[in-house]
Formats: sequence, C-alpha cells, structure tokens
Amino acid sequence: MEFMIDTFGLYFGTFLVILAQCLLVVVLILVALAFLMYGDRKIWAAVQMRKGPNIVGVFGLLQSFADFIKYIAKEVIVPSGADKVVFFLAPMITFIMAVVVWAVIPFNEGWVVSDINVGILYIFAISSFEVYGVIMGGWASNSKYAFLGALRSAAQMISYEVSIGLIIVGVLLSTGSLNLSDVVRAQDGNYGMLSWYWLPHLPMVWLFFVSALAETNRPPFDLPEAESELVAGYQVEYSSTPFLLYMIGELMALVFMTAMMTILFFGGWLSPIPGLPDGILWFVGKMAVFFFLFSMVKALVPRYRYDQLMRLGWKVFLPLSLGWVVIVAAFAQYGVPGYARWAVGG
Amino acid sequence: MPAGLWGADLMAVTLDRVIKNFLLKDFLSGFALGMKYFFKPKYTINYPHEKGALSPRFRGEHALRRYPNGEERCIACKLCEAICPAQAITIDAEPREDGSRRTTRYDIDMTKCIYCGFCQEACPVDAIVEGPNFEYATETREELFYNKEKLLDNGARWEAEIARNIELDAPYR
Repeated sequence: MEFMIDTFGLYFGTFLVILAQCLLVVVLILVALAFLMYGDRKIWAAVQMRKGPNIVGVFGLLQSFADFIKYIAKEVIVPSGADKVVFFLAPMITFIMAVVVWAVIPFNEGWVVSDINVGILYIFAISSFEVYGVIMGGWASNSKYAFLGALRSAAQMISYEVSIGLIIVGVLLSTGSLNLSDVVRAQDGNYGMLSWYWLPHLPMVWLFFVSALAETNRPPFDLPEAESELVAGYQVEYSSTPFLLYMIGELMALVFMTAMMTILFFGGWLSPIPGLPDGILWFVGKMAVFFFLFSMVKALVPRYRYDQLMRLGWKVFLPLSLGWVVIVAAFAQYGVPGYARWAVGG
Repeated sequence: MPAGLWGADLMAVTLDRVIKNFLLKDFLSGFALGMKYFFKPKYTINYPHEKGALSPRFRGEHALRRYPNGEERCIACKLCEAICPAQAITIDAEPREDGSRRTTRYDIDMTKCIYCGFCQEACPVDAIVEGPNFEYATETREELFYNKEKLLDNGARWEAEIARNIELDAPYR
C-alpha cells in the first residue's frame, strides 16, 4: 500500500510538472501566434503602402483576438456527403501535430520539454503526419476543389520534406547527435556568429529557407490555396473553428520552421557576439528575424506554377541537398575545420 | 515550356545563371524594393474618421435649393426631367395663388439615377444640384425614392457647401 502511494505520488508529481511545462510552452506560443499573425498582416500591408489592421486595440494589436472570437462564434458548416468523422479529425491532426513538435525545441540551455536524443527523428515523424491533416481534410470534404487542393498540397509537402530531411542530415553529420540541444551546443565557439553552422553549411541555409516555405504552403508556394484556381484548396469547405485550427496549425508550422532555422544554422540561444550572455532572447530575436523574412517573401515573390514547384523540388533541391550530404560527410571524415564538431563519440 | 527562372530546359543551365540564382540577385533586389516601400508613407485613409478631399464638381446626393429670402428656386421648367438619361425625375407643376409657376411634385428615384449631373447642367436657376454628400445609404429601397420635401430639406442642410462649390467652379463655366 505504502509502495503504491509513493509510486503514484512520485509519478503524479512528475506528471504535473510535465503538464505545467507543456501548458506553458503551448500557451506562450499561441499568444505569440496571435501577435505574429498581426505582425504578418502589418508587414504585408506596409510593403503595399497600406496601414493594415489598426482599429481593434492600440495600433490594432488585439485584431487577432477579435478574429479568434469571430471564428469560434461562427456556425460550423458540414458539407452534405462529407465523412463527418474524418472531416473533423483532419483539422485536429494538423493542429495537434503543429503543437507537439514544439516538445523537442530547446528555447534555452536546458529549456526543453522533452530532451530526447532522437529529437530530429521525432520531428521527421511528426512533420510527416502533418500531410495527413491536409489530405484527410481534402478527401472528407466531398468537393473536387478541396480534393485537388489536397492532392497538390500533399505532393508538395512530401516533395520538400525529402530535401528538408537531407539538409538536416547534413547538419547531423557535422554534429554527430540527433539531440537538438547538442546541435546548438556544437555551434558554440570562440567566434560568436562565425562559429555557427550557417557559414560551413551556407548553401543549405537558402535551400532550407525555400523548402520551409514550400513545406508550410506559404507564398510563393501556396498553390493549394491559389485563389484564382482552387478558391482555398483543401480548406474550401471548412468554416468556423475547424478552419481556425487549420489556420493556427499552418502558422504554427511556419513559426516552427523559423525555430528550426535558428537551431540548425543560427546557433539557437547562443549570442552572436562573443562576450555577450547567451539566452532565450537571442532565440526569440532570431526567430523574429526569420519570421520577418518569411513575411517579406509573402509580400514580394509571385506564386510559382505547379510544374515549376515540382521541378525546383525534385530536379534542383533534391540533387543539391543529396550532393551536400556527401560533401559534408567527406569534409567531416577528413576533419575540415567547421564540419566535424561531434558532440558524442567521433 | 517558357524559359522562366526554373522553367527553362536543363541543358540551358549556364554558370552565369547558377551564380545569379545562388547569390539571390533577383530576391535581394526585390527585397530592397520591398523595404523601400515598407517605410514609405501609407496611402490608407481611415474612412469613417478621415475622409478624402472632394472636388467642387463632385456629384453626390441631390438637393433642391432656395433663394436667400426663402423662395424656392425651381420654376418647374422641366428641363431636368427632359434631359435625365435615366428618366429618374418626375415633375408636376401648377400656378401658385400668387400666379408664379412652381412644382407641386418633384420626385427623384435615386435607385435609377446615374449621377451624370445633366439635371444640374440643364437647370437655368441653379435649383437642382448634386451636393457633396455621398453617405446616404438606406436600409430600404423606398427610402431612396426622394420627394420634393426631402430634396428641399437636403438643400437647407447642405446649402453652405453647395454655394461654396458653385462659387469655386464658376470661373470654369
């Protein structure tokens, strides 16, 4: 009896701590998303010489919250002939998968919900699941536009996942660990930002950036949502809260990609200037810079044609990233400076 | 296949293009242009709080004017009714007790009106004018069938602006 109470108490306490950590991360990210959404719209507007949202709250800062209330207050419309279970499951999958990946993201030294040694494998696995939300939503809607959009989106996400995977493998070869905290620690050096992986892996930074755009269905690769042809792609039959889940899920995937850029190539929480203290502010600041870049791309670059998208993915990015893996492997094996920073063994 | 950035034939991949693409020439120049526009002053007008400037010739909601002594300007010549291309104006007239010719009925169907301003051009006594008001949306269709009373009321309300606009536009007529 005593044993049971002890064990139960111990596990329950651990459970509570983990739950609190998860809630903290999720709530903070969701609140941050509201403002990032606002920032995205403001940046887009500024490039087009508009003011953007400026009515709700000071400078329109509360616009996203007003939108949130609007979305959840609307009527949920289910198309006739839709597979109800799958129809509602799909946005949940997109949303949940976008949230769970944050479990392995190290925000600061030791600030990670789950410091597992297969962090990158976990991310590969979860991001593959994100395709399911899209294709299930498109299929369950019982609409040809939604289905075509879902097919496009799924093909696009799978194509670019391959090159994203290979780019990350290049970083792994340099680090020798699948733990994301180790990836950041391996970039710690005496030269500040010059010690980070962006310098030795420079061509892959650009490839990762573009692949991240394609993977998250952002402009200029938002073909599944090409308004002129497919209305809103796989989301066309969604309204109210399910649509909100899709929208938050997509934005969260985008913010996750900025976090991955930060961790893989730009030294995570490390300070860019030697001597300044490291910390979470650097991490957030780097993410904000990449988010700004993503938003600017949305405002600047015209949409790709579908064949151009596929050509870029399979004929340019895949060979380049595959070749880079071979090059990095050779460099790391023969000890070219900057390429072999093995955290475990050698 | 059009020779776009990536749409060209694989054989046509030249060193020049590879270097150009990898140095992100197009993207960086686009980004610089975007940043230039990012800091430019914005064109947005916060409409209900701020309004754009209107020309004195702006053709908005109609109004029937009066002379400063309170007498109606309209003499029921029906030139506006005759010229109205949309046939939105309906006028009935009778001599008044003092013998002067005045309208008994002056209706404008605002749902028919095309805001061409011909009525204003045709009027010999500057009685019917299109004023500067453009914010008169209604909830029912019936409210847009204006009668003489409504038009005279508009004239009383907008007289200052209308008189100023006519004065400003006079040198060009």
